[in-house]
Amino acid sequence: MNKYSAQELAQMSSQVRRDVLRMVHGCKSGHPGGSLGCADFLTALYFNVMDHNPNFQMDGINEDLFFLSNGHISPVFYSVLARSGYFPVAELASFRRLNSRLQGHPTTHEHLPGIRVASGSLGQGVSVAAGAALTKKLNQDNKLVYALMGDGEIEEGQNWEAFMFAAHHKIDNLIVTIDLNGQQIDGSTKEVLGIGSDVIEKLKAFGWLVLEMDGHNHEAILETMNLAKTNTGKGKPIFIVMRTEMGYPVDFMMGSHKWHGVAPNDNELANALGQLPETFGDY
Amino acid sequence: MKHFEIQNTKDTRSGFGEGLLELGRKNPKVVALCADLTGSLKMDAFQKEFPDRFFQVGIAEANMMGVAAGMTIGGFIPFTGTFANFSTGRVYDQIRQSIAYSGKNVKICASHAGITLGEDGATHQILEDIGLMKMLPGMTVINPCDFNQTKMATIAIADYDGPVYLRFGRPAIPNFTSTTEPFVIGKALMLNEGTDVSIFATGHLVWKAIEAGHRLAEQSISAEIINIHTIKPLDGAAILASVAKTRCVVTAEEHQLNGGLGDSICQLLAANLPLPVEMVGVNDSFGESGTPDELMKKYGLDAENIVAAALKAISRKG
Repeated sequence: MNKYSAQELAQMSSQVRRDVLRMVHGCKSGHPGGSLGCADFLTALYFNVMDHNPNFQMDGINEDLFFLSNGHISPVFYSVLARSGYFPVAELASFRRLNSRLQGHPTTHEHLPGIRVASGSLGQGVSVAAGAALTKKLNQDNKLVYALMGDGEIEEGQNWEAFMFAAHHKIDNLIVTIDLNGQQIDGSTKEVLGIGSDVIEKLKAFGWLVLEMDGHNHEAILETMNLAKTNTGKGKPIFIVMRTEMGYPVDFMMGSHKWHGVAPNDNELANALGQLPETFGDY
Repeated sequence: MKHFEIQNTKDTRSGFGEGLLELGRKNPKVVALCADLTGSLKMDAFQKEFPDRFFQVGIAEANMMGVAAGMTIGGFIPFTGTFANFSTGRVYDQIRQSIAYSGKNVKICASHAGITLGEDGATHQILEDIGLMKMLPGMTVINPCDFNQTKMATIAIADYDGPVYLRFGRPAIPNFTSTTEPFVIGKALMLNEGTDVSIFATGHLVWKAIEAGHRLAEQSISAEIINIHTIKPLDGAAILASVAKTRCVVTAEEHQLNGGLGDSICQLLAANLPLPVEMVGVNDSFGESGTPDELMKKYGLDAENIVAAALKAISRKG
């Protein structure tokens, strides 16, 4: 696949965000806030960073793999998969509807191309990604494994087991990004269960190489992801702290946790779409 | 009543260890993960011979299940090893989402199942694991009865594509099953043909059922004894054929009555052949510390309990 430039990624991100809002509005449920916040990153992953094959094979030999741990941002995941050729874009309209392959949270159960494990119950994706990365090593497959997790999700204890495991076993073909938007369902992450000293120091202490980036700047995303790639194979798993804003860039959706799991009504949808140019055609 | 030669007395977990080692030699896709219980699970021989395919995960079972699910992506067949308690209840959601719902080819191998774990007591004696695992759609649940069968089951599950829960135990028990008859997942094994009562047993209770069969024979009662090593999928045809002949049933297992083998058989019979059933198992109770033999006796899991259940089942025939 042709690698998109930062400018092309910005255009695709706008379309992906339109998909997200229209999908969530269409079924009157889902999680728009985190989906919008991660749209720039996931677009960059699927249209530039990763070497992947839309002719989906579960085993993913000799291609980069991606695992979404915070499965509730399924709308953005489905959009980038469809837009990069895994399944027809028109199928996005079936999101969360009966008999759909686009379940509320991603699943392999309905055989949607691009999904390699179910996620939704939080805290499991880093373990799965670490396992897949180990398998790549056993297969002498030099491609990489990527994962995305939420920041509220880091409260789940299994993540810390996985952090210890990946560092101990020197799983250095694994790049985990955390969506640090500071929000979770009951409020800010600081209010709900503060992580104490910051996540960067914690992950460093767990033996990971930690990088930081602005999750809404495609040039910064590409630069950081390339830096991460050049640091694979050096004995440490890589953790990227990505600062985002939930709901970005829709003005009335930013700055609070209100839009974590609420669908916009007709007027709100029109308002939001007015802020996001239709660049590649709505589904 | 058929006589069964006791070849030796061995623990079923050692059957798992030997089976895993043999698998390692014949299938390069088999990998093993263990949560700090390598010696207890008898995985040390595999670890020694295949250090590159053995992964110590530490006391972190939730992560172990996720890593195992991930390792299937790319074609490996992970065998996870820890106690049955930590293989099921502790990690139920990880198994449910990352393995069962995701349809991953993980073999969850669980030792020290049931009350015969013994002296460590109820915190470690899970009696609910069969129920937990059989409720998961697509999960295969196997509880072999002795060393030979556990070894063969371990080898057999590598050739089956899908999640499997393999349950075995700690104590040394009579090893008597054939090593020449192939182990077929989901196929009940006829041990003794009889006409008066069908005894369906699993795991450590299979030998107890044989002992019970001899005692019943002394009372001129002909017991049909069938080893149900696979609880899910259940061999319904074999069970119904036997019950159609004997007209009454005893089930026997080292597990809660709720959710175990007996529960599955009662469902089958209620829909197809509603005849008297007596269930031998633990009745809504936690275990406690003690020797395996003491506990089996106290919790009603002995040959004498099977005999009593058989007599009662026969008395209830119309």
